[in-house]
Order: sequence, then C-alpha cells, then structure tokens
Amino acid sequence: MTEALLIARRELLGYLSSMMGWVILAVVLLADGLLFNGFAMGGEKKSFEVLQAFFYFSSGTTMVASIFISMRLFAEERQQGTMVLLETAPIGEHTVVIGKFLGAWSFLLLLLALSGYLPALVLVNGHVTVGHIVAGYTGLAFLGAACIAFGALSSALAKNQILAAVMSATITVSLLLAWMLAKKIDGTLGGVIGFLDLFDQHYRSFSRGTIKLASVAYYAALAYGSLLLCTAVLSARRWRA
Amino acid sequence: MIEAHNVHKHYGDKAALDGVSFRITQGEVVGFLGLNGAGKTTMLKILCGLLLPTGGSVVVDGVDAVSDPLALRRRIGFLPDRPPLYGDMTVRQMLTYAGRLNGVTSARIDGRVTDVLALADLAHVADDLVETLSHGYRQRVGIAQAIVHEPKLVVLDEPISGLDPAQIVAMRGLIRGLKAQHTVLLSSHILGEISQTADRILVLHGGKIVAQGVEKDLAGGGKKRVEITARGSLAAVQKGDLLRAAGVADAEAEDIEGGLVRLRARFDDDAAREQLVKTMVEQGFGVRAVVDLESDLEALFLKLTGGQSTSSTQPGGVA
Repeated sequence: MTEALLIARRELLGYLSSMMGWVILAVVLLADGLLFNGFAMGGEKKSFEVLQAFFYFSSGTTMVASIFISMRLFAEERQQGTMVLLETAPIGEHTVVIGKFLGAWSFLLLLLALSGYLPALVLVNGHVTVGHIVAGYTGLAFLGAACIAFGALSSALAKNQILAAVMSATITVSLLLAWMLAKKIDGTLGGVIGFLDLFDQHYRSFSRGTIKLASVAYYAALAYGSLLLCTAVLSARRWRA
Repeated sequence: MIEAHNVHKHYGDKAALDGVSFRITQGEVVGFLGLNGAGKTTMLKILCGLLLPTGGSVVVDGVDAVSDPLALRRRIGFLPDRPPLYGDMTVRQMLTYAGRLNGVTSARIDGRVTDVLALADLAHVADDLVETLSHGYRQRVGIAQAIVHEPKLVVLDEPISGLDPAQIVAMRGLIRGLKAQHTVLLSSHILGEISQTADRILVLHGGKIVAQGVEKDLAGGGKKRVEITARGSLAAVQKGDLLRAAGVADAEAEDIEGGLVRLRARFDDDAAREQLVKTMVEQGFGVRAVVDLESDLEALFLKLTGGQSTSSTQPGGVA
C-alpha cells in the first residue's frame, strides 16, 4: 500500500506541475460557474432546485474532466518511456493501477472541492441542507471514480492519450445512453440494461439529495471491474513487447 | 549470478530469441554485442522481468524470472536506452521516488540518495529539474536510479548512446566503478564501447549467441595483430622470408608511399615479433614503427554475423 500511495502522490503532483492539470482545473471551474449562472440561477427557482440543477450540470463537467484527467495515466508514461520505472519495480500491477487511480481521483476530488463555493452560496443565501450538498458531491465523486476507472483502462489499452480519451468517452457515452436501449428491450434483459445506465438510473437521486446504496455499489463495481481489467491488460503486456 | 538456459521468445511465428544460453558470475561486467534487431533488448527485458520468455529459464541470484518476478525485480536495476525520468522532478526527488518504489525504507532513503549522488557525480545538480539536464547528465541520473536500491545486477541498455566523447569517458568510468558492488550487464552495437568497458562479451545475432569470451580470445585467439612500418623496398628482399618466419601468421606486406614498407601480421608471442624486427633490420630495413593495431573485434563480429543486420526479420521494437 505504501508504494500505491507513493505512486498516487507522484501522480497528483504530476497534474499540479503540468499545464494540462491547470488547464483542466480552470476550464472545468469556469464551465461550472457559467452553467451555474446561466442555467441553475436562471428564472424563478427555489433554492433546492438551484442546487439540484448545479449537481445536474456538474455531472457533465465531472465526466468530461475525468476523461481528460485519466487519459494520460498509462499512455503518457509509455510515450515518455517512464512506464519501465513502474514495470521493473518489485510491485504488482494492481499496486500500480491502484496508485494511478488514487492519484487521478484525488485530483478530481480537488477539482470538486474547488467548485464548492457555488453550492456554498446557495446554502448561505437559500434554504438547502448540508445533507443535500454532501449527497450531491458523493454522487459526483463516485460518478467521477467510475469514469476515471474507464479512463485508466482505456489509457492502458491505447497507444496514445488521444486514443485513450476517445475510448474512454465511448464507454462513458455508451453507459449514458443505456436507458435508450433498455426502452426497446422488454423483460429481464431490458431491466438489466436499464440498471447499467450511468446517469438516469443512478445519479439523479444524488442530485436530489439522496444517497442510494445500490447506486454507490453500482459505481464502485464499475470502477472495480474496470481497474481489474486494467490490471489484466498491464500483466498481459509482459507477454508482448 | 545469472543463468539463462535455452531462452526462447517468439512474437507470433517470429523468433526474437532462439535458444539463448549463458552464465554470468558475481562481479563481472559483461557486454551484449549485436546489431540492431539481434535480440539484445529482448534478452535484457526478460532478465529484468519486463517480458516473459516463451520458453527456457532465467535464474538471477537463485530466483526464477517466471515463478517469482517480484523477487527478481528486487535484485535488478535497469537503465533502458531512454532513461525513465520525470522531467518535472528534481534529481533528488527522482532518485528518492525510484528508491522508495524499489523498497528502500524511508529511514534509509536520504542516505542512499546522498551516496548515489556522490557516486554518479550528481551532487552539484541534485536540486535541478531533470528536464533542464543535458543528455549526459540524464544518463547519469538513469544509472543512479538503477542502483539506488542496491541491486545485485545492474542492466544497462545502450548506456553510452548519444554521449559526446568527454561524457563517454566519464560514463565508462562510472560503469566500471559499479563493478565493486554490482554485477553489470550492458548492451551495445558499438564495438569500442563494449570492448573498453566489459570483462567479457556475448555476441548475439539473429536471436542466438554466436560467440562469447574475452575480447582477446574473440579477436584472434590471443594473437596480437601488429603493424610494422619500415624504410626500404620489398623488391630488394625475399618477401617469403619475412612472411613465413616462425611464430608469424596472417602476414601481409606491401610497399607504400615515401619509400616505406608496411607489414601486418599476427604473432604467437613477443619473441616472434622481436625476431621479425631483427630479421628486417638485418636485411637493411630501417624500422620506423611497431604498433599494436586496435582490436579487430569488429572484423570478427562481421564474420560471425555475416555482416547482415537482422532488423528486417524482427518485429518492430524487439531489438
């Protein structure tokens, strides 16, 4: 675990020392602010509706940010020739994957924390509970964890960061649109596909201020499964070049 | 220290390594010599646990590379052809990270980093960002990160590639200095680099070891090749007397510009060489110079490998 935390720390510092990291922070916070003013605050709304709208829009920026944060995890290391440092260290692939994931997720959590002034304004000037804010950010954190895990898997598979981002976006969008497919299919299969929906089935409750354990488990399972596959991809590379 | 037995590595139906076997003892500096695509890097990656062999066995310090890869990696420090360094870290941060990643405890890491900074002559750039360093210094940091966890085996892939002459001399000294505490395996396609740095050479071609031994034996069975330049003309003497003298082999002589004669030959020993010089003087030649030629390892290498590159027969990146 020490090595995983070491890798996570290095990853987090890597984001903070790169232009890319600061650009992601700036663009996402700017988008959050514009969406908050343009849509969440637009029209006559009760304060809990403003907060709900904020978490609705933030889910989009969080997913996009997760894709850009995670695309570099392994693809950049391979491009720069530094992956060999991790591959020759006496640590298992799972340790590398956990460390990388924790580093990227920490950066996303930092980004989410920096957006906290927006719901704080609603809390101070309106009538919302702290619980609603906690539930919303819990949802964003878990949604982001799943998307970063997709990104880690894509980054392990792809030859470069652009391809990794495209693959990660494809997985995310496919799961976002699962509800459309579920509508066309009757019976148990339709129910299963509907349950896999990334946003409508699982995230909306968070944005309304409710934490559903089933949805937490769903996001955790997606992240775990993706990271497990990522570990398998890295292990398989030892059989190739 | 290292025992590789009948190691095979296939990429599809192409063989990057085809039954490679060798043994390296503790404290040796051994050079892997081969053309691009010969299989050097593939073999080094297998030794470091980066790749798994298709067949055969590799045992390093009693640890099997396939069955216990983590224990293997604890015993090895690796510098690939491109040093694995983060440009946004200082040299000290980089070495600390590499050391901690390779199991050096937090209590020992500062001491180890200080030691390797001194050993690699990096103390004066310890707080500089890696991205600001020259290629030569990056190579030094690369070696430092490979030894910071005190591995028994240090594997260096093309360590002198791209360095200027002054940096090459310094790097050779650094590599030779590793011998005191580590077994060193280095690869190169540059003959001079290998011959001046390694105690023993393994020549790899087409995924096979085609020769191994010390440079002297590889170069000519222990017989030195010597060039004698003298004033005079071959027309005035019996050329056969010179070329067929006792203890002389592969002799050739010719008149060259300026009224001089050049004779090149291998000698069984110094006595044979002195005897030939004496004979030449007696026949009226004014001997100007007797020079040991550079090793003709290059000629031998081309002979062993047929002078052909194998890069076209190997998949990309497996060299």
